[in-house]
Parts: sequence; C-alpha cells; structure tokens
Amino acid sequence: MNLLGKLTWSAIPFDQPIVMAATAMMVLTVVSVLAFVTWKGYWPYLWEEWLTSVDHKRIGVMYIVLALIMLLRGFSDAIMMRAQQAVAAGGAQGYLPPEHFDQVFSAHGTIMIFFMAMPFVIGLMNFVVPLQLGVRDMAFPTLNSVALWLTASGILLTNISLAIGEFAKTGWVAYPPLSELEFSPGVGVDYYLWALQISGVGTLMTGINFVATILKTRAPGMGYMRMPVFCWTALASNLLIVAAFPILTATFAMLLLDRYLGFHFFSTDAGGNAMMYVNLFWVWGHPEVYILILPAFGIFSEVIATFSGKPLFGYRSMVAATMVICVLSFLVWLHHFFTMGASANVNGFFGVMTMVIAVPTGVKVFNWLFTMYGGRVRFTVPVLWSIGFMVTFVIGGMTGVLMAVPPADFQLHNSLFLVAHFHNVIIGGVVFGVMAGYNYWFPKAFGFKLDERWGIASFWCWLVGFYIAFMPLYVLGLMGMTRRMQHYDNLAWQPWLLAAAVGVVIIMAGIACQIIQLVVSIRSRERLRAGGDPWNGRTLEWSTASPPPAWNFAVLPKVAEIDAYWSWKQRAQPAREPTQARDYKAIEAPKNTPTGFVTAFFAVVTGFALIWHIWWMAALGAIGAFATLLAFAFRDQEEIEIPAVQVARFDLAHQVEIAR
Amino acid sequence: MRYFLLAVALVGLSTLGGCSEGVLNPKGPIALAERQILFNSLAIMLAIVIPTILATLGVAYWFRASNTRARYLPRFNYSGRLEVLVWAIPAMTVILVGGVAWVGSHDLDPRKPIVSAIKPISVQVVSLDWKWLFIYPEHGIASVNQLTIPVGTPVSFELTSSGVMNSFFVPQLGGQIYTMAGMATRLHLQADHSGTYRGLSAQYSGEGFSDMRFAVDAVPAEEFARWVNAARSTGPALDALTYAELAKPSAAIAPFTFRDVAPGLFKSIVMSGMRHSDATRFTCLAPESATK
Repeated sequence: MNLLGKLTWSAIPFDQPIVMAATAMMVLTVVSVLAFVTWKGYWPYLWEEWLTSVDHKRIGVMYIVLALIMLLRGFSDAIMMRAQQAVAAGGAQGYLPPEHFDQVFSAHGTIMIFFMAMPFVIGLMNFVVPLQLGVRDMAFPTLNSVALWLTASGILLTNISLAIGEFAKTGWVAYPPLSELEFSPGVGVDYYLWALQISGVGTLMTGINFVATILKTRAPGMGYMRMPVFCWTALASNLLIVAAFPILTATFAMLLLDRYLGFHFFSTDAGGNAMMYVNLFWVWGHPEVYILILPAFGIFSEVIATFSGKPLFGYRSMVAATMVICVLSFLVWLHHFFTMGASANVNGFFGVMTMVIAVPTGVKVFNWLFTMYGGRVRFTVPVLWSIGFMVTFVIGGMTGVLMAVPPADFQLHNSLFLVAHFHNVIIGGVVFGVMAGYNYWFPKAFGFKLDERWGIASFWCWLVGFYIAFMPLYVLGLMGMTRRMQHYDNLAWQPWLLAAAVGVVIIMAGIACQIIQLVVSIRSRERLRAGGDPWNGRTLEWSTASPPPAWNFAVLPKVAEIDAYWSWKQRAQPAREPTQARDYKAIEAPKNTPTGFVTAFFAVVTGFALIWHIWWMAALGAIGAFATLLAFAFRDQEEIEIPAVQVARFDLAHQVEIAR
Repeated sequence: MRYFLLAVALVGLSTLGGCSEGVLNPKGPIALAERQILFNSLAIMLAIVIPTILATLGVAYWFRASNTRARYLPRFNYSGRLEVLVWAIPAMTVILVGGVAWVGSHDLDPRKPIVSAIKPISVQVVSLDWKWLFIYPEHGIASVNQLTIPVGTPVSFELTSSGVMNSFFVPQLGGQIYTMAGMATRLHLQADHSGTYRGLSAQYSGEGFSDMRFAVDAVPAEEFARWVNAARSTGPALDALTYAELAKPSAAIAPFTFRDVAPGLFKSIVMSGMRHSDATRFTCLAPESATK
C-alpha cells in the first residue's frame, strides 16, 4: 500500500518544457509575493484585515483580485491556443502536442467561467448589494467568508494541476463517456471535478446568502419596487444559483461515483447513459449563463442611468424582464444539443423557448436606449464599456437566436461560429459589464478614481481586439471549422486564424492598459481622490464615505422612493446638513474569524488527497474541516461593538467632507 | 469599427460564397434548405438589429453632455406607448423567427427520409477512436475514413459510436448528428453534384480528434457501382475480430475498404456498446440497452 496513493515523482511533467516554464513562473510569482509580504511585515495586517475579514466589502475586493489573477491565467491559455491554431496548418503540428493542447482549452473554459467570470460577478455583488440595500453586512457574514475561501480552494487545486499531474483533457464540459475512467484514466478529470465540487459548495453558500440578504435585510422603507435594479438582477442571479448549482453538484457526484466506485450512471455499459449527463450539465449550464449576465445587465442599468443624469427608463419593465429571464432560463437547456437526435417537436419547442428569452433581453436594450434619450450622457469609462456592450451584445444575441433555429444549428453546432457566439455574449456582455462595474465602483471601494486615459485606452483595445479576434471565428464556423482542433489540413482557414491571433494580441494590450491604469491610479491617488459621491450617483452606496467604514452607514437610511440618494439630493439636501439630528448608537459588527480560511485549507487537503487517492489524508482533511466548523459553532463571542463615539467621529468628518 | 465589420463581412461572404467548402456552399438539398433557413432568420433579425445598433450610437452621441442643443428630460422615465413598443418589437421578431424554427425543425428533421423517385441507399456509420467506419449493408462492403455515395441518390444513415461521443458532419451536404455508444441516431443526406467534400467529427473526442476527418466522394451511379465492385474484390473482411482490431485507438488512418461485412455487425455494435478492451463481450448482447 502506497502512502501517497497514485502520487509519484513522475506526476511532475519534467519532460515538458512549456509546462515547466509556466510552473516555474507561477511558483516564482507566488514565492516572491510571499517573500515581499514577509519582508515588509504585512502578515499581521493581511491576516487581521483581509484574510479573516467577514466584511462584505473586503470579501468583494478579494473575490475581484482572484478574478483578475485568473483572468491572466485563462488569457495566457487563450494566447497559447490562438498561437497554436495560427501555425498548425497543413501538415504542421504547431508547438503544442494534443496532450497539452487539450488541457489548455479545457483549463481555459473552466477557469474563465468558474474562476474568472463567477468570482468577478460575485465580488461586485458582494461589494455593492449591501451598500445599495442600505444595510451593514450580508445576512451571514461568516458564511460569506467561507464561500470566498472555498472558491479560492477550487482555484488553487486547478492551478496545482499545472505542476502536479495534469488537467482534464475533455473540454470544460467533460462529457462522458470521454470523461469516464475508461477513456480518461489520468487525474485530470479528477482535478476538474473536485475543484468544481469544492468551489461549487462555496457558490451555493453565496447564493443562499444573497437571497437571504436581499429578501430579509433591506433598509427601512426599501420595498421591492424601490430596490435598485442591480439588486434585482443580483436577486435573480442568486435564485438561479440556489436552483441550479445543486444540479451541477449532483451531476458531478454521479460522475465521481462512476470514476471512483465503479458505478454506471454515464458509462457506455451496464445501462449507463451519457445523454443524462449532457442534459443535467446544461440544466445547470444554461441558467449559469444568466447567473453571469443578469448582474452585468444590472451594472449597465446603474451606469447608464447615473451617467445620463436620469432615472432608469421603464424600471418596472426592467424588473419584469429580469424575472422573466430568471424563470425562462430553465426552459432552454436542450438548445445545447439539438444535434443529439431528439424529435422535431422537442427541438422546435426548445428553439422557440430560447428565442422567447430574446424578448425580455431586447426590452432591456430598448430601455437602456430610452434611458439615454433625453439625458446628458457623460462619456466616462463605464459608459464606454456600456455602449460597447450594447452594440456588441446585440450582435451576439442575434447569432444566438440564429443558432436557436434547429436546422441552422445542425450546421453551426460545435463550430467556431458557436465559439464566436458565446465569446461575443460573454466578453461583450459579462466581461464588458464587470469592467464597467470595476471602473464605476472602484472609487467607492478605495476612495480614488481610476485613471481615465488608461481606462479609455484599455476599452478601445478590448473592443477592437474583440472584433478582430472573434469576427474571423464566425467566418471560420461558416467555412466548416469545428472547435478544439489541435491541427487542421485546410489552408484556407489559416488567414482567418492569423487575424484572430492578431486580435488576441490587441486584447492583451487592453489588459496591459488595465494593469498600467491600476498602477498609475495608485501612484497618483492623491490627484484622483474622490469623495463619497464622485459620479453624482443615484443609489445609497454613494451616500456613505469612500471607502465606506466597516459599518457602512452610521445611521441606517430611511428610504421613501426609488433612487433614494438622488431624491435626497434633489430635495432639502438633508445629507448635507452637517451635524445635528443624527442619533448615533453603538453598532454591533460581526467579529473576524479564520473559519473560512481554515476550512478552505482543509478543503484543499481533502481535494488533493481524493484526486491522488491518498485516503488517510482525505480523512484527515475532512475531519479538520468538520473540527473547524465545530470550533466556530462553539465560539464564545461572535460580535464586536463599535462605540457610538467612533461612529459619530467618522460620520461627522464625512458630513464635513460632503458640505465642502 | 463599422467599416471594419463591413469589410470583414464582405470579404467573408466573397470567400465563402464562391469557392469555399463551408456551409454557405451547399451541394445537396438538405444543406441548401438549411442555408435558406439561416439566411431567412438572419434577414429577419438584421431588420431589427441594424436599426437598434444605429439608434444606440445615435442617441448616445446626440445626448452627449456637451451637446447644448439636445433637450434634457430628467424626468422621462416612463411612457406606456413606448413600453408597448419595446415589448412588441422583439416579440414580433421572435414570432417570425420562431415560426421559421418550428417549421424548419419538422421539415429538416434528421430522421425524415428525403422524398425522391430514386431508391435511397443505406450507410451505417460507426465512429471509432479516431476514425470513421462506413458500412454499406445493402452492398456488403465497408470503408474507413472514406464515404463514397452516388450523386442524386438519398443516403439513409444510421449512426453509432464504439465508445466516446462524436458528431458526424459533412458541412456541404447538411447538418450533423451525434454518434453515441449503445444507441443509433438517424440522418438523411443527398449530394446533388459530384465532387469530393470534407467530412469531419464536430464533437471533440480525445487525443486523435483533429485527424478524425474523412472524404465524401459523390460520384455518378455507374462509377459508384464500379467502386462497389472494386471494393468487393480487395481488402480484408470485417467481422467481430477485425472490428475489435480496428476499434483500437489509432489516428490519421489512410482510407481503405473491406470486401465483406459480417451480417448484423452494426446492430451488434449498437447493442453491446462494444469496445476494443473487451472483444469477448461482443457476443453477449444486452437487449435492454438496445436502440432507443
């Protein structure tokens, strides 16, 4: 019996220079960051203020930091794929053998969806939703911290797979029978499954937390129809998380049983049926798309209304459209596999349902247009992203409806047309959305704006790069090129793939501009210093200081209408009355706890042990995680009291700043 | 940006329409009908998408903060008429495209035989790791990585897989269908012009996936008969043992033919979900997992 299960030195791919170089880069970066933190003596600060924090704002920021790091990782996969396909034409094999190329595209999809888009969206919701609702924290602050760290565990496991073992070679959807033990005997699929199981638990916790927060803890007077649209979209998105993620967990659990204990849920023999996996995967997968895009729609609604100096046009329509999408998103999953041979009635039904979703989406686009109509549109960076989104997303939506027509999909399914379509809506929708949100709420989080010029440069690089990178893929799809090809013999495809590679380089310039933007902004933060309300905002988050204090609001706001902060500013300006009439009380705040961090540590241990079949270690990890839970359950003190004097001192300073 | 898009579209259409081997250059009735549906749906949607894009850019530009001639309407946030309009426009578009989708799904159901005076030929397709096996049950022959069909004759496909899922796709003849172990899917295609067309797997199936392509030779009926006769006189015979050998993973196999095929081989493959690893199980059929 081997104490380390399947783990041996041969798990480290010493013979693959590209992998080893990437690993060396990764290890070097991590080590130098750790060394820097140690050298500067930042550990106590990091531990007390961030790693153990249960403050929704800090957790939101950490989610976004994770997302940005994973954007770099997922994007380097994209560059490798584009470079490979640009050269591997005719008889050429390119520089990535199938063994490696197949891991790269699988990792790219998994990372971009689960570890870039999801954390980014969840991070923005974390930061913004309690502030917009006018409350002091999430309903379950510690659960929130655990969710963050479990997501980080999944990310860590995925990145460990680069150095130790391999990642899945199945595509990010991991369809069986290919992902069954028989056809994928390595640890790649196990890394994929356990990383997503662990982070999936975190995502489900987040969903429950947000639903509870939005339904139960709004500021006094904030009825449902006074909630900012972003909160509505966050509610819809998290309802979808609560409904959809357990399906993914159950599906993966079945695949794990197949792989670990010889079950036959999806195998080719003994009555197993892979079609079941494909159905279940997309019953989660399609709502997942709306989990990502709905909050992005919310961001655009906030940005366009704020910078047009107008209330959102057709608020009730927007809310209705959001909730209609939320429900309909569960009725369209079959359009991911019209080509599986279902009957014409089934295909027709799901095709039409898919198009029906385009109706509320179209309504949203028109409502944003009418929000700008009669406004005074300030072309700030968030607005540029929003307008870029409206144009790009309409194109992506159109190609989506095109593929919802089953006979058209028979020709376009799994082609690069499909790849172009979903990048068109995910980059043009979700990524543009989170970039708008990042530029929009950054001053709220840190008290200074992001540099405008570098922001504009980054936007244009992304937009132009996106079109050059993905429009050729539409063409290639029509030329009959399918996705995931490590090499191809048709030389007519190559010019288009070269163009796409150029586009990716331009997007890379956009990302570089964003990094420069961040560095420049931090260095000139005194010049970019922003008060509580830098954009002339409408919703409650702009009524408090930037960055907001741990308790968000010294006195909980009383809400009498929609766009509460805007209407205060329009009326007798009570927000600017400095000192009197405010009754400061001591505030109970949740106490920091290492529960999340420690749980995640044990989750990584358990996950890693299960992947490598190190059973004793898996048991230790599970016991450790449970012990952490017990320790948390038996804590003596769960809250700290912030004295009224401290609250009053901070708030008076903020009032003075506003009055200035 | 707009000009760039336009340029891309024009260059794209010109390369696609003329000489390319893609879905926009159909060589059979199914691909032709599918392209027509693609164009119809696209036209219906462009009628609304292009004005929406232009209106977005126009409104954003005109109502820029620096434009003093633009009216500022800070309270314009509801209009019953516009609400009706914003729901009605996409709804009407969707009714049109939805109609196209519903009718199209039925007209072009892959299981629906092609109506023709000419008697269709049958081809049974098995996707293997990583090559294609085509069995001609009526002719008692089979070929690997090459599909030869008579022009103007409907071809009735039955498809399955030896293990991993694949998707059988000949872009110029018509849409694809999955091949899955333990079950048979159906597809009907026809070539109206002779020529050689690309065929490929459109569903990623593992390491050798990129080489999982085949040539479709659409030839006149006499030539097809000659090809069948030639195939009958050369190559090995395909039975359970040679099939098990063939099913072992290999990629980029040069096309070849089998002179004879054991009767009922395709059905056995479907019913057993047989794989290279256990040729012995080939004989023990599992009736409950038969064709659905």
